[in-house]
Amino acid sequence: MKERYPDVTIETICRLLIPPIQLFALYVIAHGHYSPGGGFQGGCILGASFIMMFIAFDIGEVKRRMREKLNTILCATGVLIYAGIGVICLILGANYLDYGILDRILPVYTAKARALGSLGIEIGVGIAVTSVMISIFLNIATAGEHEGAPE
Amino acid sequence: MDTIQFIIGKFNYWVYVVLMMIGFYAMIAKRNLVKKVVGMNIFQTAIILFFISTSSKMGATIPIIQSGHGDAADHAVNVAQYANPLPHVLMLTAIVVMVGTFGVALALLIRIYREYRTFEEDEIYETLEVMRLKK
Amino acid sequence: MIAQSPALLVVVPLVGAVLCLLLGLIRRELCYPFVLAILGSCVILSFDVMGIVLSEGVIRYRLGGWEPPWGIEYLIDHLNAFIAIIVSSISFVVAIFSRKSIEHELAKEKIIYFYTIFLLLVTGLLGMTVTGDVFNIYVFLEITSLAGYALIAIGKDRAVLASFEYVVLGTVGACFYLLGVGYLYSVTGSLNIMDLTLLLPELYTSKVVLIAFAFFMVGLALKIALFPLHVWLPDAYTYAPSTVSALVAATMTKVGAYVMMRIMFTLFEPYFSIEFLPMAAILGWVAAGAMIFGCIQALAQTDFKRVLCYILIAEVGYIVLGISVGNRAGFTGAVLHILNDAVMMACLFMIAGAIYYKTGMRHIYEFAHLHKKMPVTVTCLIIAAISVVGVPPTCGFFSKWYLVLGAIDARQWFFAFLLLASSLMVAIVFFKMVQTIFFAPSPAGEESHDHGSASHSHEEHKHARDEAPASMMVPVFIMVAGILLLGIFSGEIVSTVIQYAVPKGF
Repeated sequence: MKERYPDVTIETICRLLIPPIQLFALYVIAHGHYSPGGGFQGGCILGASFIMMFIAFDIGEVKRRMREKLNTILCATGVLIYAGIGVICLILGANYLDYGILDRILPVYTAKARALGSLGIEIGVGIAVTSVMISIFLNIATAGEHEGAPE
Repeated sequence: MDTIQFIIGKFNYWVYVVLMMIGFYAMIAKRNLVKKVVGMNIFQTAIILFFISTSSKMGATIPIIQSGHGDAADHAVNVAQYANPLPHVLMLTAIVVMVGTFGVALALLIRIYREYRTFEEDEIYETLEVMRLKK
Repeated sequence: MIAQSPALLVVVPLVGAVLCLLLGLIRRELCYPFVLAILGSCVILSFDVMGIVLSEGVIRYRLGGWEPPWGIEYLIDHLNAFIAIIVSSISFVVAIFSRKSIEHELAKEKIIYFYTIFLLLVTGLLGMTVTGDVFNIYVFLEITSLAGYALIAIGKDRAVLASFEYVVLGTVGACFYLLGVGYLYSVTGSLNIMDLTLLLPELYTSKVVLIAFAFFMVGLALKIALFPLHVWLPDAYTYAPSTVSALVAATMTKVGAYVMMRIMFTLFEPYFSIEFLPMAAILGWVAAGAMIFGCIQALAQTDFKRVLCYILIAEVGYIVLGISVGNRAGFTGAVLHILNDAVMMACLFMIAGAIYYKTGMRHIYEFAHLHKKMPVTVTCLIIAAISVVGVPPTCGFFSKWYLVLGAIDARQWFFAFLLLASSLMVAIVFFKMVQTIFFAPSPAGEESHDHGSASHSHEEHKHARDEAPASMMVPVFIMVAGILLLGIFSGEIVSTVIQYAVPKGF
């Protein structure tokens, strides 16, 4: 991981596998209400796909695609989406996280507004969990050295 | 007969107790810090399994109501046919907590290794004693 | 009166934590004023919630609009609102203190993350205070603990090792609490406190409920560092940065004690906790052990913060003693002592932080003649010390008065005697400190005879007045003023708030 150890088999298989894994992760996030899944599980799978990239390819090269600062911002954005949907419900007049009130701004009926609010929350959780998984892995794999850290 | 029924009839609880005690023993008695963290993980996993086991029912199916369209609340639902989804949801949260605690513990272990160059508890305390006596 | 303030009390610091991270990544200097703004609005919200509770009664706020046994609800009565005010006010004051102290002890780039985790800790504490659902308490307990582990590990020296020990023991405590919740859920099918209060009474003889109660008690005893499960506390709070020590020492143990009160007296009836089970005797003896052990160990320490940690263990013993005697006066004393102890401990730890910031000294024997260099700080230290000992009109006297009254009402003469004896021992600890500060033999006195005027001016320069900066002294003044005012107005506090917080069975 630290130094590049090129291996054709691993790289090819990863190239083939990672896009379906990410697609499956998005499916799991979106179908949490109907089959085993949800925000946390899908986020873990998405994070696992990135970790697989870090393991199979060079950490430095993958970090150029997924910078640590972007990771931190994504984590914050995920939590902000979650809390933000709740705050929108507060502003519209209902209790916190009462998605039924969202039918005032979305053109759907109440039960559908609840489902959409729930979906929004799952997406927020998924983004946050993905970035946290990547961040935990990076901190442990590089033993704490990351960009901007004074050593 | 009563003892055998007590052991075999509730074998799932015995499994969780055994797992919990293995994890708890590892947390307390092992000298290596990484083994303590592993024991912590086993302990929390056993608790999660215990919770989930309270949700299963004999011959139950997944808790999703098959309905045509419109309001599914019109017809009564036979609760005994569906597995209880609430403990699963609670345990999702507990798993997230477990992962978070594990991440924090691992980050602390990295810092400890960088400073003391070992994971063994007695060696770390020896180093601390040496540092304290030097002062 | 904002109708949504119970939810806002938790949402504001949570969103604030995330926005603090994003704002800090843009400009680092924005973090500190933003944190003050968020915590200031939390203080206002907590007073607002108390206003609603005083005028309209118990608040039952439904999260997500779902009705109680199916949805999570926030249950706020007088006890809750009181603790919420304490937590938010102390966090606000410690946040004012934190600016210079954290710049001194932490690298510049990490200050953003420090304030983010600080706000997450406050979110967890406020969430634990307002919620009315036992599993939600577990979630917020773990949020608080995780933020605490991270913040404590920032310190120097042995902080990482101490934090690791805290991780292992704290996880055991939280897992025991979770097991208790699981047992209760498996026999009643509900997680809501008000619902369980109705469902549990017929199950009091069932073994599952008894074991659940035992798990709750042990888990929470680990979290509040009740003797003999206190082992993690001295190391963790001594080596943590000064700001973090001040915040967690003043709030985390107190909110844990509040959860213990909730479980013993709201979830299970007072009849169950005090008469049916011999919890009064068990908790009483454990608390007595905590008081004696804490005071004796405090006598033996040389590090100032370690002395404060052992006094904190003794104070937790006072609170649990107040809970265990099981009458009105004792409970009033326990709740009043939560308030007083939070203020006193925050004040003392902030003074320790100010002394460390200015002089780098941690040990008491180094404090010799500190009163020449930092007279205002030493005055505040003396006032706070008088309050811990329990001398009127400071606040410490009034809570100990109620506790002794409670012990006498319950005919526990030995515990009343122990309360007074431990006050005496704490007085000895602080008298030793005062003696070292004011009356230690000065080594520089002999030098000035030998070397003449050169070192005489040097000695004067060394002892010139050099107080800690204003952003650190203002919070200390607020806390000292609080100690005096809370003592003078303790009667009003008891008659307005606390007397309604006492559970029905007393």
